[in-house]
Amino acid sequence: MAYSEKVIDHYSNPKNVGTLDKASKNVGTGLVGAPECGDVMRLQIEVDDATGIIKDAKFKTFGCGSAIASSSLATEWLKGKSIDVAATIDNMDIVEELNLPPVKIHCSVLAEDAIKAAINDYRKKNGLEELVFEEKGVH
Amino acid sequence: MLKLPVYLDNNATTPMDPRVLETMIPYFTEHFGNAASRNHPFGWEAEEAVDYAREQVAKLIGADPKEIIFTSGATEGDNLGIKGVYEMYAQKGNHIITANTEHKAVLDTCKHIEKSGGEVTYLSVQEDGLIDLKDLEAAIKPTTILIAIMYANNEIGVIQPVKEIAAIAKKHGVLFFTDATQAVGKIPVDVIKDGIDLMTFTGHKMYGPKGIGALYVRRKNPRVKVTAQMDGGGHERGMRSGTLNVPGIVGFGKACELCRLEMDQDTTRISKLRDKLETALLKLDEAYVNGNREHRLPHVSNISFKYVEGEGLLMGFNKNIALSSGSACTSASLEPSYVLKALGLGDDLAHSSLRFGLSRFTTEEQIDYTIEQISTTVLKLREMSPLWEMFKEGIDMNSIEWAHH
Ligand SMILES: Cc1ncc(COP(=O)(O)O)c(C=O)c1O
Ligand code: FES
Repeated sequence: MAYSEKVIDHYSNPKNVGTLDKASKNVGTGLVGAPECGDVMRLQIEVDDATGIIKDAKFKTFGCGSAIASSSLATEWLKGKSIDVAATIDNMDIVEELNLPPVKIHCSVLAEDAIKAAINDYRKKNGLEELVFEEKGVH
Repeated sequence: MLKLPVYLDNNATTPMDPRVLETMIPYFTEHFGNAASRNHPFGWEAEEAVDYAREQVAKLIGADPKEIIFTSGATEGDNLGIKGVYEMYAQKGNHIITANTEHKAVLDTCKHIEKSGGEVTYLSVQEDGLIDLKDLEAAIKPTTILIAIMYANNEIGVIQPVKEIAAIAKKHGVLFFTDATQAVGKIPVDVIKDGIDLMTFTGHKMYGPKGIGALYVRRKNPRVKVTAQMDGGGHERGMRSGTLNVPGIVGFGKACELCRLEMDQDTTRISKLRDKLETALLKLDEAYVNGNREHRLPHVSNISFKYVEGEGLLMGFNKNIALSSGSACTSASLEPSYVLKALGLGDDLAHSSLRFGLSRFTTEEQIDYTIEQISTTVLKLREMSPLWEMFKEGIDMNSIEWAHH
């Protein structure tokens, strides 16, 4: 299977690889997937308390090229967005942007799940109610 | 001079040796005859060529030419050998013993037999990929007619104790079939010394053409017979009907001859390269060889690089280096390699594996390049891996509640 240009680009020059202080109150961390499934994604956001805008986003991913590209793209999209808008990012947006083939859709679902998990972690830390998302069930 | 791309997926298929191609070409054009045409020179030429190739093939494995049945490849040989024995010896029993690291062509054939009323025991292998001979012997019962254990495994290269298996089979009056697809042409295989009753192998894993292979069927001590699986003109002593693939057979014969003559020198060179590759890659932290390293094909290495995922790793260099991985992400089924799992490897290690298969055409420059590329990519991906970070921080990954899906 050949990879799309955009997947290759993100894979070769991933954006925002790294770690934020997960103990910080401003940082939300989402850790999704499982080593046994061959994919683990950790996505972190740093939120500006006053504005609710995501100031920084970082990821680390154990997974295939499409999973790495999906998380790299997600961090790019997250920066500068409010957490409410960020919560509406859909995995199909990622599929479209990266031209992922059907077998790689679950890699994008993982990225969406990681975004939501990070947002909820932030909300929980800050005494906000956690958002309820409907199951994608594409895994 | 470095020649790119580097091909290290020789367990999947090998390139054809140009010397093989050369011998085949006339049999597509001038000498196009049907080897079964008895009444004119076109047929005679074809038959002569087939006879010669049959000798070349037989000689490589220490067989008599009459014991060679040409097939379309190892898959067909697995089917014909196992189903053929199952049907031919139905009077004697219906039980077959095999192992859970066999190729799908064997495992699925056995599943098929189970559906049609046969009984199959699937032996588990030990951590190093070898079967336990005591388990094997204990599995034999009065209804056992066949032991089907591969010579060498296609994913990890582990060589089974074939002689010992054969001795156990003989002691209990059971036939011994072996899928020697990965072994023939690479290491000495001798059906007499090894005590093999039936054996399948294929041209395209030994620098020959695709679509041609052979089933060895012993004619003496004991005389073995298989029931044909295709009805037709009764070619190949009635065991395999169908007009012979003369150019394929000629090429297969030549490939066998080259392997026989050049095996020693090839093995010396290739095993040095394999060892160089392995030693260098094992210098990386948390890199492990899968399978027994001593009882192993000289050109194969299977290594897990913990905390990086196989497909992601391949992507770092797969424009320039052809390899395969036991990772689920590279398979359509999204299941990691069942062979690695049979060794007791956790899914995470199975996902992190690469399989290297070197060949007659692999050069030292290519190996140096591969070492450099893989080492760089592993380090780069580990910087990106949350699991590596946890490992470095000493976090117990089993303590985390993963969201399995
Ligand atoms: C051990 C083993 N058996 C059987 C086969 C199938 O061989 P063929 O492609 O000739 O049918 C292979 C090749 O993938 C193999 O490695
Ligand atoms: S992480 Fe397995 S296919 Fe993408």
